[in-house]
Amino acid sequence: MRETFTKGMARNIYYGGAVFFFLVLIGLTVDTVKRLPATDNRENLTEQVAAGKRLWEVNNCIGCHTLLGEGAYFAPELGNVYTRFGESTEAIKAFIKYRPVEGIEGRRSMPQFNLTDEELEELAQFLKYVDGIKTARDWPPNIQG
Amino acid sequence: MKYESQGIAKLYFIAAIALFVGQILFGVTMGLQYVMGDFLFPEIPFNVARMVHTNLLIVWLLFGFMGSAYFLVPEEAERELYSPMLAKVMFWVFLTAGVLTILGYLLVPYARLAEITMNDLLPTMGREFLEQPTITKIGIVIVALAFIFNIGMTILSGRKTVINVVLLTGLVGLAVFFLFSFYNPDNLVLDKYFWWFVVHLWVEGVWELIMASLLAYVLIKVTGVDREVIEKWLYIIIAMALISGLVGTGHHFFWIGTPDYWQWLGSIFSALEPIPFFMMTLFAFNVVNKRRRDHPNKAAVLWALGTAVMAFLGAGVWGFLHTLAPVNFYTHGTQITAAHGHMAFYGAYVMVVLTMISYSMPLMRGQKAANVNAQKHEIRSFWIMTISMVFITLLLTGAGIMQVYLQRYAADPLPFMVVQDRLAHFYWAREVAGITFLYGLFLYIYSFFAKGEEVADVE
Repeated sequence: MRETFTKGMARNIYYGGAVFFFLVLIGLTVDTVKRLPATDNRENLTEQVAAGKRLWEVNNCIGCHTLLGEGAYFAPELGNVYTRFGESTEAIKAFIKYRPVEGIEGRRSMPQFNLTDEELEELAQFLKYVDGIKTARDWPPNIQG
Repeated sequence: MKYESQGIAKLYFIAAIALFVGQILFGVTMGLQYVMGDFLFPEIPFNVARMVHTNLLIVWLLFGFMGSAYFLVPEEAERELYSPMLAKVMFWVFLTAGVLTILGYLLVPYARLAEITMNDLLPTMGREFLEQPTITKIGIVIVALAFIFNIGMTILSGRKTVINVVLLTGLVGLAVFFLFSFYNPDNLVLDKYFWWFVVHLWVEGVWELIMASLLAYVLIKVTGVDREVIEKWLYIIIAMALISGLVGTGHHFFWIGTPDYWQWLGSIFSALEPIPFFMMTLFAFNVVNKRRRDHPNKAAVLWALGTAVMAFLGAGVWGFLHTLAPVNFYTHGTQITAAHGHMAFYGAYVMVVLTMISYSMPLMRGQKAANVNAQKHEIRSFWIMTISMVFITLLLTGAGIMQVYLQRYAADPLPFMVVQDRLAHFYWAREVAGITFLYGLFLYIYSFFAKGEEVADVE
């Protein structure tokens, strides 16, 4: 690099840039958090949904599926599964409930998690709540996720 | 090796490489599960294999960073490590916690593990990359604090160089941002938003500081180029990393229920994220071309150049490929993401740790550089692993483009599983590349034991 550009200048760009953009990120974060009530479907965030989220977590669903596009890419997107299953929590529950313990020969299959009926309902309600989150451009692009 | 306490790094590096082998074994297992869905089912379902694969990666990279810091800091600070004992104790604490956690994933169902570790008291489990039981997360924080204390005291009471201060900043950032892993609100949008404060601000933020400082250190050592020149580069690279990367976090806020303005902010700033990586490539080649000496450790020089190039390709180019919101609308959460993830992690973080190991391991074993035969094997393993990773990335990119078209872009979008079946050829080829990578890794390990003629000392 040219001699006119000194190490001191480089250092100042680093400290100045880092501090400035970190503050920008904090400001944007505050603004985002303020605006979230308009999109995050919190009005439907019931106790049941919260319990469903915990079940989603402790069964490591994200280890195969994506949820709003984040997670693993081994199994279908579930952010819109409620819509895809014909807006039926019953269909979601039945799908999870009747997974064969030994899997399906030669194919990817979902483990049997042995959830109770109450837990199935909680999980289905969680997925319904996620489907109600207003994502930009109504992502995913179509019903297939 | 100037200071005895630098030798502690060896322990950390050996553990890192051992866990690296585990990571790749689970990687090829998952690769097979992509095409033979019932492989190891239900004993090791895909989600478990993936958790082991990604968590081992994180843990061994952390071992690698810590080992690198223990080797680098005493020399830069010109004094022995503040407490070699603490470094040794923390090594065993971290290794035990890491191994127990991985065994927990493998031996009991995940829900049971959550129960045993009392996840309900402070639920943090079950989020991608942050699957560790809460108690493990607390352990990570304790180890990180003890480590930073040790490194920090060494630097504060010793010589402060740009390299060790930047490294320390990166490590402190790593610890601070990890604290967001304890925040897990019921509101999914908030959960996802702050989850990225760990994941993005690690890999596209503070880890870049760590990477750049390690690279700068090795380049000073192997080229003999003036420190002033290298430090100027280092500052400007990390300046660009943070200027682009902080607001660049926004490229994760396109489709998770966050405000629309992130589409613009995320696209613009993350489009700048390749710049620091490109500068790293310029930096590495520039400095090596201007070298004042020919270091006998040719392998280390190759790793240093390799990490700069591959980080630029994997993180920079493959990141840019899908970072603009209109493109990401179609590619978000497809095999394109997987392609980028593989090459970015390998190029930036795996390779920079291997650069440090390559440079320091011979010194810790009382040599200037590994013997001629060992270096030959190491260089061969460099090419095998790197080319395999290029193929893994290209094949996943091919699969991803097909997936986007069939599932999201075509007039009649097909269901996920139907599309996956059509991608089987890509996945089989990827598996072959994965197994080749594993072979490269074994060759790499063999290189530490290969006997041969000592290198000529050209100094």
